[in-house]
Amino acid sequence: MPDSAIAVKGLVKKYGNFTAVDKVSFNVGEGEIFGLLGPNGAGKTTTISVLSTIISLTSGSAAVFGNDVDRNRDAVRSMIGMVFQDPSLDDELTGRENLDLHARFYGVKGEEKKRAIGEVLKLVELGAYADKQVRSYSGGMKRRLEIARGFIHKPRLLFLDEPTIGLDPQTRRKIWDYIKMLNERERLTIIITTHYMEEADELCDRIGIIDHGKIIALNTPEKLKDSLGGDVIRIGTPAPGKLASILKKRKFGMRVKEYGGDAVEITVRDGSALLPRIIALAEKGKIDVEYSTIKRPTLEDVFISLTGKAIREEEGDANTAMMRRFMGRR
Amino acid sequence: MASTIDTIYALWLREIKRYLKSKSRVVGSGGQPLIWLALFGVGFGSVFTLAGGASYLTFMAPGIMGMTLLFSSIFSGVNVIWDKQFGFMKEILVAPVSRVGIVLGKIAGSASIAMMNTIIVLIIIVIFGVLPLSHITVPSVVLTLIFMALISFVFISIGLLIASTVNNVEGFQVIINFLVMPLFFLSGAIFPITSKTPIWMQAISVIDPLRYGVDGMRSALLGTGGSVIYLDLAIMFVVAVAFVLVADWAFKRMQAK
Ligand SMILES: Nc1ncnc2c1ncn2[C@@H]1O[C@H](COP(=O)(O)OP(=O)(O)OP(=O)(O)O)[C@@H](O)[C@H]1O
Ligand SMILES: [Mg+2]
Repeated sequence: MPDSAIAVKGLVKKYGNFTAVDKVSFNVGEGEIFGLLGPNGAGKTTTISVLSTIISLTSGSAAVFGNDVDRNRDAVRSMIGMVFQDPSLDDELTGRENLDLHARFYGVKGEEKKRAIGEVLKLVELGAYADKQVRSYSGGMKRRLEIARGFIHKPRLLFLDEPTIGLDPQTRRKIWDYIKMLNERERLTIIITTHYMEEADELCDRIGIIDHGKIIALNTPEKLKDSLGGDVIRIGTPAPGKLASILKKRKFGMRVKEYGGDAVEITVRDGSALLPRIIALAEKGKIDVEYSTIKRPTLEDVFISLTGKAIREEEGDANTAMMRRFMGRR
Repeated sequence: MASTIDTIYALWLREIKRYLKSKSRVVGSGGQPLIWLALFGVGFGSVFTLAGGASYLTFMAPGIMGMTLLFSSIFSGVNVIWDKQFGFMKEILVAPVSRVGIVLGKIAGSASIAMMNTIIVLIIIVIFGVLPLSHITVPSVVLTLIFMALISFVFISIGLLIASTVNNVEGFQVIINFLVMPLFFLSGAIFPITSKTPIWMQAISVIDPLRYGVDGMRSALLGTGGSVIYLDLAIMFVVAVAFVLVADWAFKRMQAK
């Protein structure tokens, strides 16, 4: 019996001459929440479409609980739940009718079906709207219904393709809570794709960063962030050159550099412990400290350091895109 | 995993629920044929007499049933395109259900709706005395229902076949509109195809499946069909099986891409 929920080896998916997924390999253990983080067009949806048997692969291999996704489609299909990136509800039917239909497709019947539908509706707090046409639901309600539908048949593995895209922060947080709860309570293995770093950071046990169809880093969120060398302390001062040279002489941090002519940035393992010592050193050297900040590196910083670009460049309005581009270049 | 029967039933149920929810579809699909019968049948019937002196309206009644079946069936393919556009098709395709179950479920659902529409038309025809009540017997109704089912299987399959090749509703409608008129007029639904009909029309009519269906219903309900009813039945059966197989093949091909 396989000990991994998912085993992907050298997976390639081509559309004509275009390679959407390029020799991707990874394993996901049972009970794990695994994230695929990457910008638009990176190949996240394509990867999980292959894993969920929606599309066939070009070369390489992929298996779900030991079942080949190309040769053993029905076995794979019966073990997985899928929440698609794009809408996939029948909005002429009610929420309950959508769930009922899904249960029938998966051979969930009779009392068990009724119980399961009631349970998932309660979980995503849609009980009061269950008998309304989906057409009348808000975007967040539709998303919650889709998530509920994805695990009504008790899959062993749940795919969530950008589960919180376009949702407001409260709804997003709520969905994160469901996801964590399902993972803990049912020991459900979850594969989630996202281009929100907070989401990946918050939910995932391990993250594969994907760009241009390739996985360019794969580790726990903590290790990925640690790979940048630790926290960044910034000290605002009228004499950045002087402070920088003192810190360099004392061999403080991994990296010390002046920042913008009125500040110094120091990369250190443990920012909060070292900040008081840095300030003490500055005072001893008669250097004014105007402000100080500590910044934990984010997954965004990891992505920038790997690719030289921000993950969400194409996203959002022109202003935030500009700002991100600017921040990415500094 | 759901059995093929469960799958067919689930998809059948969905089509029926969607149909019953949209009242305009229920009224519209029964209303249009009756307008044809009232305007065309009455107006045309006043200047047109059939050999043998039978009433034109009575002659046309099974033709209008054929029209109802043709329209409801072939247009049902549009649901597949909506499913592709609204994404529900992915929900169906990722499920552990047999692909043939999906096709048969779609056909079963759409056929039920087309037949319900046609039965409503038949009932109204009888109520208005267009079709003598004496013609409504158990054998005639059973035979008519069989023909209705076969006609709908054929044209639903054609609709599915077309829907699997186009991805937008406009494209689908263009093709369907192009097909529907010749299928309808050359079936003998509203004027008989006889040896006096121009040869090219006769030739096309021979390959129009609706011709055998309408002829069969006319034989069953009026006893005045053009050919032997069991020959009609055999032809319709073979054609229906063939088109269902083609639809199944087309559907499997569609989802593979
Ligand atoms: N059916 C298709 N035909 C041709 N190219 C495709 C097809 N589907 C996807 N692609 C291309 O493959 C690449 C990867 O697409 P994919 O949808 O997997 O990206 P993604 O990481 O999910 O992006 P997003 O965050 O926008 O959802 C894109 O460049 C896309 O244009
Ligand atoms: Mg995607």
